[in-house]
Amino acid sequence: MTKSNLHINTDLAIKILTGFIRSELNRVGFTRAIIGLSGGIDSALSLALTTEAIGKENVLAVRMPYKASSQDSLDHAQLCIDKFGVQSRTVPITEMADPLIALEPKMSKTRQGNIMARCRMIVLYDQSEAFGGLVIGTSNKTEILLGYSTLFGDSASALNPIGDLYKTQVRQLSRAMGVPTEIIDKAPSADLWSNQTDEDELGFSYAEVDKLFYLLIDHRYRVEELVDAGFEESFVRKVIKRVRQNQFKRMMPPIAKVSNRTIGYDFLYLRDWGT
Amino acid sequence: MVERDGLEHRCSLRATVGSNPTLSATPPQPTLGGVFLIIYLFIRQNMKLALAQINTKLGDVDANLEKHLNLIGDAVARGSDLILFPELSLTGYTLQDLTPSVSHHPTAKDRIFAPLLEASHDIDMVVGFVDEDTRHRFFISDAYLSQGKVLHIHHKVYLPTYGLFDEGRFFAWGDSIRAFDTRFGRVGMLICEDFWHISPPYLLWLDGADILLLTSASPGRGLKDDDRLESARWVEHTNRAYANLFTNFVAHSNRVGYEDGLNFWGGSTVYDPNGNLVAKGPYHEEALTFAELDLNQLHRTRARLPLLRDERTALVQRELGRILAQNDGAAHTGR
Repeated sequence: MTKSNLHINTDLAIKILTGFIRSELNRVGFTRAIIGLSGGIDSALSLALTTEAIGKENVLAVRMPYKASSQDSLDHAQLCIDKFGVQSRTVPITEMADPLIALEPKMSKTRQGNIMARCRMIVLYDQSEAFGGLVIGTSNKTEILLGYSTLFGDSASALNPIGDLYKTQVRQLSRAMGVPTEIIDKAPSADLWSNQTDEDELGFSYAEVDKLFYLLIDHRYRVEELVDAGFEESFVRKVIKRVRQNQFKRMMPPIAKVSNRTIGYDFLYLRDWGT
Repeated sequence: MVERDGLEHRCSLRATVGSNPTLSATPPQPTLGGVFLIIYLFIRQNMKLALAQINTKLGDVDANLEKHLNLIGDAVARGSDLILFPELSLTGYTLQDLTPSVSHHPTAKDRIFAPLLEASHDIDMVVGFVDEDTRHRFFISDAYLSQGKVLHIHHKVYLPTYGLFDEGRFFAWGDSIRAFDTRFGRVGMLICEDFWHISPPYLLWLDGADILLLTSASPGRGLKDDDRLESARWVEHTNRAYANLFTNFVAHSNRVGYEDGLNFWGGSTVYDPNGNLVAKGPYHEEALTFAELDLNQLHRTRARLPLLRDERTALVQRELGRILAQNDGAAHTGR
């Protein structure tokens, strides 16, 4: 039986991922990048990798607090800015988000959270134009599979260096790159409302679901094999259902085919076409 | 879009030299007239091979040609006899719908191949390209150029169309595996998935190839707690095994760089007929890596280990014939 060994060679990971950032920026004429820094581990790792790839003088970290954001988030983001020596800006989103939220007094937390995530996307893409740098993604493989993100919100980016790393691997690589321990050790949270944590919302831990994903995704285990490997069948089925239901978040919107040649079906070119 | 010029790439290339204490640093140079040169070429026992582990521009054949010519110049300046470029070195790998627009046929009239053929008077070379035949089928191809001529074209016979690969959607399947004669002896060329199958190298061995020239654009995958990717480990094991099992030289040139999210891992290698590593390029970086091949090693290894002499090809043919004739659903009767 294959054990869930999520341990990676961090030197090799850094080489591949920093090379990716450099290549994908430079080949389209960019030398600079911009990252929304939440105070959490994912954006801290993306910042560390990007800084290593293109130099601190070419990186802009943007903090985008909402009035309900925790002070810890702001402080931890500042720790990263100081640690990696990048340029930074703080653009509060309260005055962007609140007028929309105020239109409906009983708006759900999810809707409010989505509005905040999309306000941050607007700020980042605006800063991208002003700074002349591309937006670096901060979504990891675990949350992309689970669909634990806001479409066109925190999932929006020009390129994503950490999207093939599980959360467990993000933690390992973050340690290797010197991300401050306060950030690595705290409970992951989207910080869209007070005391929110990812693992409470999801109903399972990242450590647990990463072990499952490693066998299910990377090693193509079937349900019965996962149960034999020691996972609760209800947990396995719940996770698989969640992955399936969120496939839409991992794709461009389907285009209805009517012509002989259609974007996405038989008009096929890489984004790196000609570069 | 920023155009990256070939000179910039050339300057960034790292030169590495494989060490083999049994070899002289440079091959003997002919100093007599043409007749003696021909005799020398037939008896020469050393060959200096350059592995050009390059990045490419996707779909920009002119830019890639410029890089080829720069590196060919470097390899000639370093006294190389043969330069080996990776799979699809003139076009880039993930071509998809670019395929029909980057195809060429290697003749002196082709504007891309004309300068390469001219340069082949100074050095033999293997280049990767998309070959369009007279019936307008497109093949992933390697061409061996020497002394202004195309000595051989190999069309990739195994097109991976699974997992991250989609080659069978865009390319025609090659249909032959042939060794051919060069001034360094008889060699064979294979492209990437061709040597993930054991039969093509085996056939080349039986067809007389003592040097296998392998090219690839291998996307890196399988990041583990290891100093190299799983795909790199796999290819190195396999190529070393071919050197051992066939008592052959096995040279492999693999590209580097990125195409969208795909990385190409480089790590080009040369193994000798004892399975010893003669030279190795770095992982994930452009490099021109040199290897001295002491062709007399074939004599020494095969005197000790007569695997080629003892290979029972008639037995293989009989059993293969029987297996295919059974046609009982269990045997591979395929293409």
